[in-house]
Amino acid sequence: MEFRGFERPNNLVGVRNTVLVMAVCDCGEPAARQMAGGIEGAVPVTQYHGCIAMETVPTLVGVAKNPNVAGTLLVAMGCEGLQPEPLGEEIAKAGKPVEVVNIQGVGSTRRAIAQGNRMVRDMADKAKKQQRKPCDLSRLVVGVKCGGSDTTSGIAANPAIGIMSDMLIDTGASVVMIEPIEAIGAEETLAARAVNEAAKQQILRWIGDEEKRWTVPGASVDFMCAGNIQGGLTTLEEKSLGAVHKSGHRAIKGVLRNREDDLETVPPGGGLYLQEGIHVELHAMTSMAAAGVHIIVFATGTGGSFGHAICPLVKVTGNPETWARMSEDMDVNASTIMEGKDSIESVGKRIFDEVVAVASGKLTTGEQLGFYNFAVWKRDPRLEALLGLR
Amino acid sequence: MKKAIRMDEKDNVATALVGLAAGDEVEVISSNREIIQRVTARDALPLGHKIALTNLPEGAVVTKYGAAIGKASKDISVGDYVHIHNVRSDRLPLTEHMLGLKYPGREKG
Repeated sequence: MEFRGFERPNNLVGVRNTVLVMAVCDCGEPAARQMAGGIEGAVPVTQYHGCIAMETVPTLVGVAKNPNVAGTLLVAMGCEGLQPEPLGEEIAKAGKPVEVVNIQGVGSTRRAIAQGNRMVRDMADKAKKQQRKPCDLSRLVVGVKCGGSDTTSGIAANPAIGIMSDMLIDTGASVVMIEPIEAIGAEETLAARAVNEAAKQQILRWIGDEEKRWTVPGASVDFMCAGNIQGGLTTLEEKSLGAVHKSGHRAIKGVLRNREDDLETVPPGGGLYLQEGIHVELHAMTSMAAAGVHIIVFATGTGGSFGHAICPLVKVTGNPETWARMSEDMDVNASTIMEGKDSIESVGKRIFDEVVAVASGKLTTGEQLGFYNFAVWKRDPRLEALLGLR
Repeated sequence: MKKAIRMDEKDNVATALVGLAAGDEVEVISSNREIIQRVTARDALPLGHKIALTNLPEGAVVTKYGAAIGKASKDISVGDYVHIHNVRSDRLPLTEHMLGLKYPGREKG
């Protein structure tokens, strides 16, 4: 099977042709926003952790290298600890255009904005000349994520997404699942799917380390809440099995490192990978984007109207009321499973078809609204050191 | 007929796709939408909650998604409502507070 994507250097392929206007920290964000203003395909982003948040560097580099990005303009105030030049050198290894605007260096914010605006327009004009070409589906990398989960998520949306994951992997494509907190209680099932002993140890550590982070004495988190029980979830095992169901049933090849000094991208060759990181929606999506994910399939019970700066989001709801209320914000209706009208398999196939269409350029509901949310997760190296997880 | 879904062929519970009343005849379907069996609900239970497909003596493994989700903490019969009042986790015991929660179908505790 094929989709129509944009060829990039280093034998990569993208599903979008975005010009990224990245303020290296929040000081330069308003200027970056104006530099991108009014230019089709230009998306402004930043990380909101301040100008010495070196832990965010691998993520910032990773998203700029993502093949959905055609080129990157880095915007700096000039006095950041997180300097744009070394960032630019790393990003340039992807063989795509990278430019830097330094506001203090230019000496006038207005002139810097005008200069940045010209650079973005230039990059966007060049990107626009690129045509989509047929690409084998095996080159596609899809992330799976859930949020705003309710009773229907574990019955309809997540299992249907799991069918899609299996179908993608069977065509040679890659699938990534993050959110280790959701896997606490599903250790045995996931470990049994490890492709080898090394992958099994990675999976057990991925879950075990996350449990330690959320059970620090005095700052512990309840993994089961009243809403879970009222929704019908009886045990943590059941809750977690429902959540990880979106990864399907295929073998797990390993866990991708996502650390302050080391972010592993999805290796070529297809298959299912887990990724280190947090479960919080946008942070998790950015981590997946930094690992090279093209499209994210998002299961939601309550609905939600956001997009992501790098990865188009295919939103799937299993809740008939949410579908009735918010269908214009949803991409695939899985609620027919709850109504007994559709099988999980048939909805899984529909999600697969939607992902292939989006890979070829179909706009998602979030993109139609022009929503390009972005947030960067910052691991706390002090917590990792205190817990002995380094 | 009201439906419940069995997520995996190894499962001994099904999840109600609509709220059930005691005495309801329930059609249990697979993820492929094939009819697998019929059970009579012995209790009322809400959408998303579970009904037993087999008798589960105390200590028996309760299976959903093809994997263990806990063990029966008392004898369970076909058609019984399956939830925290008769299943316990092997992974994380519920706190007294959680066990005392009122939930739809168990308002009386």
